[in-house]
Amino acid sequence: MCGVAGVLDWRAQANPVWSPDNGLLRRMADTLHHRGPDGRGFLKRPELGLAHTRLAIVDLAGGDQPIFNEDGSIAVVFNGEIFNHIELRDELIAQGHRFATRSDTEVIVHLYEQHGDDFVHHLNGQFAIVLWDERRQRLLLVRDRVGIAPLFYRIGETDDEHQLIFGSEVKALLPALVRSPRVNRRALDQVFTCWTPVGAETLFEGIWSLEPGTMLIAEPDRDKHLHATVRRYWDWRFPLSPDDCLQGSDEDLLEELRATLVDATRIRLRADVPVGAYLSGGLDSSILTGVIHHETNAPLRTFSIGFEDASLDESAQQREMIDFLHARHSRIECRQEDVGMGLMDTVWHAECAVLRTAPVPMRLLSGLVRRQGYKVVLTGEGADEVFGGYDLFKEAQLRQFWAREPHSSARPELLRRLYPWLAGQSGRSDAFMRGFYGAGLEDPDDLLFSHGPRFDTTRKARMFLLDPRPDHESLDDIRALMPREASRWHPLARAQYLEARLLMGNYLLSSQGDRMLMANGVEGRFPYLDPRVIELANRLPSRLKMRGLREKIGLRQAMARYLPDRTRTRHKQPYRAPDAAALFNPATGEPLPFVSDLLSPESLTRSACFEHTRVGLLLRKAARQPEALGTRDNQALIGMVTLQAWHRLFIESHHPMRPLAH
Amino acid sequence: MTARAALRRYVLENHLFTDDDAALKDADSFLETGILDSTGIMELILFIEETFQLKVTDEEMAPENLDSIDSLVAYVERKQAAAA
Repeated sequence: MCGVAGVLDWRAQANPVWSPDNGLLRRMADTLHHRGPDGRGFLKRPELGLAHTRLAIVDLAGGDQPIFNEDGSIAVVFNGEIFNHIELRDELIAQGHRFATRSDTEVIVHLYEQHGDDFVHHLNGQFAIVLWDERRQRLLLVRDRVGIAPLFYRIGETDDEHQLIFGSEVKALLPALVRSPRVNRRALDQVFTCWTPVGAETLFEGIWSLEPGTMLIAEPDRDKHLHATVRRYWDWRFPLSPDDCLQGSDEDLLEELRATLVDATRIRLRADVPVGAYLSGGLDSSILTGVIHHETNAPLRTFSIGFEDASLDESAQQREMIDFLHARHSRIECRQEDVGMGLMDTVWHAECAVLRTAPVPMRLLSGLVRRQGYKVVLTGEGADEVFGGYDLFKEAQLRQFWAREPHSSARPELLRRLYPWLAGQSGRSDAFMRGFYGAGLEDPDDLLFSHGPRFDTTRKARMFLLDPRPDHESLDDIRALMPREASRWHPLARAQYLEARLLMGNYLLSSQGDRMLMANGVEGRFPYLDPRVIELANRLPSRLKMRGLREKIGLRQAMARYLPDRTRTRHKQPYRAPDAAALFNPATGEPLPFVSDLLSPESLTRSACFEHTRVGLLLRKAARQPEALGTRDNQALIGMVTLQAWHRLFIESHHPMRPLAH
Repeated sequence: MTARAALRRYVLENHLFTDDDAALKDADSFLETGILDSTGIMELILFIEETFQLKVTDEEMAPENLDSIDSLVAYVERKQAAAA
């Protein structure tokens, strides 16, 4: 992965005052140094300036960007990888194109020459592409299908809509702005509803995230004013009826799945530097390491995170897999104080408030990878969305089953099998459980049915917002994401879609993914998010996805040969990190100094996002019982601290600086 | 402080996070109004056990005892009378 940034303004053709200057492009590139410490490249035209910071992985000597087509009329800078570049290159050469480098970047310009905007359908990769077509005077910004590589943009200042500013991270846009952006209250309410901004929203007012699976096309109108449109070129699609599912014997389908996932892994090992793998100890990463070991000649080098807190730690499971594969392994342990100490820097990279601390350990882990001399890792992220692995999906299935007979007392009992902690909690009465999980039972066809209990819990944290939107609006924003045909999908597919578009794209792959990897100049690669794997998995018959309370049935069967028995049958353990307790001094119970500072009345007044009295009371409650804080309070506290940190770093200072360690 | 006042103050400060006495009516259902989430029930039970020196049994963990200030007060008074 790398960093890209740029400014486009066609008015500069008539008046050079609008032309982006070299100093500005350098400052934009400076903000992305961590994403690309191996080199820099610039492109300067009267109307356009592009900057690229390079993390050199393929064609170390010849891959500097921008890269051009044969006559120099098409230029590209991009962040990411095209994994099928070898096959594409052969095809393009056969079609008469001449290559000047061995880099995967170059296939993009030739593919565009060959196919126009449809070039993107040929790419199997993760990418944020900036493509300049000089002759046709158009700029394309293109983001990969699922949102692995980030890309943000802004169209002009508030009073000037003729300039397009863009970059891999929001901090790259800031040097081009005249004023600090303001808080986007809509996105703030969304974060406190579903953990992330929804769709193209970011916490920065007027700055948009180019959505996964879309491209922005910028062209000048007759007056040299910018005309920009965003077009969706790919989306998650699911069968409209059982007839749309793949037909064939289970044996054939599972073999096709196995072969596809093996190839998805194999092409993600393509690099001119060594490639490592994250190993959590769970099913998904174990499958990937098993495939690398059994199906490729790549040396197996693995990395994992462990926790001081035994209830979060998966080291024993990791050890089982390491012994099975004889892998060379490195592990880093995350202590509670690491989370508190690392939170500000994590927000600097994530550029968003988060309701969990889980990104912090992921940044420590990528730091370990980099120190061991690696800059590429495979990860198992995406498998739970693609194959339906989360408890939330099972919960939704059980609630669907319950909704068919809402007065049944036996049906909700199944929830106790999914969540054993419920058994001890509610005593004989199921009334409380009905209260928490029975919400929405009257409308099981609601597009948000699966996520109702989760949103209800998260939304409670909105009570701390100073100026929340009307109660339903963020939920309406989420509902608006769903394609029209979603009402005809299987309920599991609807839940998968929501999970992929919300939490995966905007949180797991960004705040907890790309941003924590690239903080240390490490590129993550995601075999489960290979488009061939997604499209195959989405069309598997439901008997190969989830049955009762067993999840990922097809995946477990298809990949059984690569796993020890215990790993293959293990129940999923969610990845969690020490939460709000990490914000307090364990000896005194006092909030850590930076927490007191960020939540002080003066700081709260500056951001004007939260209600003082409520924040004070929550802080007092948390100081009294930091270890026993419930989900809502944990999420609210972490959300408020990280929002305040974000405000301090990006809004209160017009020239944001990475925080010093504290 | 009466049991009612102590319970009201606890719920207002720890679950509604407000010092506005009008934010909670004694008959409000915690479940229906969403005042308590699933872990909130556990916190509430812990508070009752510690403050009133009593033990909430499995059988008693039901809305008729724990779902509003009114039902909590009645429950606590019943338990205290039984212990006396």
